[in-house]
Amino acid sequence: MLVEMRQLRIGFPSPRGETEAVRGVSLTLGAEKLGIVGESGSGKSLTARALLRLLPGNARIRADRLAFDGIDVMTADEPALRRIRGRRAGLILQDPKYSLNPVMTAGRQIAEAWRAHKGGSRRTAMAAAVELLDQVRIRDPARVAQSYPHELSGGMGQRVMIAMMLAPDPELLIADEPTSALDATVQAEILRLIEDLVSRRGMALMLISHDLPLVSHFCDRVLVMYAGRVVEELAASDLSRARHPYTRGLLGCLPSLVHPRARLPVMVRDPAWFGA
Amino acid sequence: MIEVSDLRVRFGATEAVRGVSFSVPRGGSFGIVGESGSGKSTVLRALSGLNTDWSGRMTFDGSPLAPRRDRAFFRRVQMVFQDPYGSLHPSQTVDRALSEPLLIHRIGDIETRIARGLAEVALPPEMRFRYPHQLSGGQRQRVAIARALMAEPEVLLLDEPTSALDVSVQAEVLNLLAELQRRRGLTYVLVSHNLAVVVHLCPVVGVMQGGEMVEQIAADDLRAGRARHPHTQELRALSVELEEPEGADAATVKAGA
Amino acid sequence: MNAISRQWLLSEAPASRRQAAWGRSYRGWLGFRRNRLAMLGLIVILLMIAASLAAPLLTRQSPAAQNLANRLAAPSGAHWFGTDELGRDIYTRILYGGRVTLGMVVAVVLLVAPLGLAVGSVAGYLGGWTDRVLMRVTDVFLAFPRLVLALAFVAALRPGIGSAIIAIALTSWPPYARLARADTLTIRRSDFIAAVRIAGAAPPRIIARHVVPLCVSNVIVRVTLDMAGIIITASGLGFLGMGAQPPTPEWGTMIAASRDFILSQWWVPTTPGVAIFVACLAFNLLGDGLRDVLDPKQP
Repeated sequence: MLVEMRQLRIGFPSPRGETEAVRGVSLTLGAEKLGIVGESGSGKSLTARALLRLLPGNARIRADRLAFDGIDVMTADEPALRRIRGRRAGLILQDPKYSLNPVMTAGRQIAEAWRAHKGGSRRTAMAAAVELLDQVRIRDPARVAQSYPHELSGGMGQRVMIAMMLAPDPELLIADEPTSALDATVQAEILRLIEDLVSRRGMALMLISHDLPLVSHFCDRVLVMYAGRVVEELAASDLSRARHPYTRGLLGCLPSLVHPRARLPVMVRDPAWFGA
Repeated sequence: MIEVSDLRVRFGATEAVRGVSFSVPRGGSFGIVGESGSGKSTVLRALSGLNTDWSGRMTFDGSPLAPRRDRAFFRRVQMVFQDPYGSLHPSQTVDRALSEPLLIHRIGDIETRIARGLAEVALPPEMRFRYPHQLSGGQRQRVAIARALMAEPEVLLLDEPTSALDVSVQAEVLNLLAELQRRRGLTYVLVSHNLAVVVHLCPVVGVMQGGEMVEQIAADDLRAGRARHPHTQELRALSVELEEPEGADAATVKAGA
Repeated sequence: MNAISRQWLLSEAPASRRQAAWGRSYRGWLGFRRNRLAMLGLIVILLMIAASLAAPLLTRQSPAAQNLANRLAAPSGAHWFGTDELGRDIYTRILYGGRVTLGMVVAVVLLVAPLGLAVGSVAGYLGGWTDRVLMRVTDVFLAFPRLVLALAFVAALRPGIGSAIIAIALTSWPPYARLARADTLTIRRSDFIAAVRIAGAAPPRIIARHVVPLCVSNVIVRVTLDMAGIIITASGLGFLGMGAQPPTPEWGTMIAASRDFILSQWWVPTTPGVAIFVACLAFNLLGDGLRDVLDPKQP
């Protein structure tokens, strides 16, 4: 198993003791595509970031086991963590505007990422960067390599981000809401690209999103999180057969283009879900 | 109620809105859908008077609109913004936010009106003296809607009112907007990138691309797939694709449009 | 009438405007209290102000009473900080001098902060030619070193406390105007300002009720950090003979008058120097603490 997580708990200090944002999440991940879905505050992003130990400074993290390819992330030291982060596991964030260095060309950023993990001369790194840009299906990779982030559209920026993450040939790609800042047409393209690259390279994918139907199209397996717990786990193809009322509620409350309804069903949150 | 013809807005050298025309009947809803940069929000800002630098012709209730609006206009036309975190003043309580329109328009009876305003958007009375940071995103958006309704306007301009909210909260806010319209006979102009949201509230939809309104189509025709313009068809196909959970038609989705 | 209790202040569901406002201030105070150094600064400043106001109670001597037989006496039980060149008790003069020095600082701040806020927020919000005119005027004032400009003003008027206050005020408002303008430019673009515009509010109302309250905190922090500079300018003017005139006890003037004895009777110039140093340090500590509490980005 590439990722093993047992009883992960993440808490934050607050005036009234510790508030737990993640309350006992267990999951395993092999070379597959896993979607983690939940609304804001469900703890989905924290869960994924805990794996790379990229949590806010005041977070307290506990787990029975938290391992990446057998390496215990809980006890690993900073150099060991750095060997995982960015090299063996890449992270794609929501808005490429904030993740890319504004004063460095796209090509140079990818080349730096490539050289940091593989070494080699500046020239070979740049050639590799252009090759990676081509892999993320940028039509004119040589030109884009010379562009600064502000000259790129949102979709293009996200492609550059993906190319940068792919540079060291990681085994796992964590995508945290990779397309929520993008237009619907671009969103589908980017997700298709991620899915295709992950499948072709035999990587594992952890796709975090608030959009349940969207995730189900691009993943094999979906975890639904609510209030820091996994309330339901199901194969993406079984989504229409979801049993938990929260999952059903998430699907039901979306306005539909094809099936008009005068009133949308509103979720009544059962306090029992909190403990379930 | 609202008529827009040949509206053009320029930002420097680029023309963001290039000759947009549409009309909205009293008590009706008009939806504008498009991707970022299509000019949909710019249309709304010109209509609301926030952007005064436009050309073309806009009439409201029969009389033409000047770039600068008087206070009477703002009494009849109000707006709800996309980001409920940015549209409430961070150091003012809900009470202050709701009383401001009443003070501006010199409407008396503040106490009962605020209580009624909160009740109307289904917020409990104890929310009245909270600060924005003490409210959830959905509650903030309800406050923003209540604020827009304080001076009892006839038209509500909605700029992506649900896109910053969780889907379950989005459903609540959409229901609230539908109910308010029914109860008060409000006229809506709704801008969104989400076709399903627009179609849910609006019987007529204008599709924008590159500053132009490429198609105006009845919601029923759109549902039935009778769109003529390729961009409309593309948006519809994507929306329908992602609406259906993974299952029977998974293969076609992955093959891609 | 609700009793003011901790619970009442920290209530998550305040029942009145008053409770909401007090609760907010109380939370700010709790945050401020956690910063030890800032609390120290606040306490020192309050003590200095209290001591100078209560000077007649803390000393029985008069700040002007001369005793030429006992001039330049070293610190002793009778004269805690010694006496100066005219035999006046330095302890007494420091206490009374605090009234003058700290009073000048307060007067300057009361003149400067509102002026800077008004100029900056109006220029920032209205933009266009208003902005250009107001900012060029600001630039003109910024172009001269503060002390030199203040000196010129005082020389043109008449040396004294009043003209020193006006001179310092005239030369220290531009930074506040710039600060308030920069804040206003960001605030102006936010949706909540668009929302009040849509509500039909006119620019004066928007500036006064919605923009200025958000600029105030930054200006307060900046003023507190600048207090040290104002004290030093005031003392500097005094030292150069352009501020308070003898025999008025003022810390800067006291140093100036005793500069002939710096090497022989060190305590005469050192004591007012220490007073200036402590006041500046305390204001700086307070300003740092206020910056954390009043950060408008945090609720």
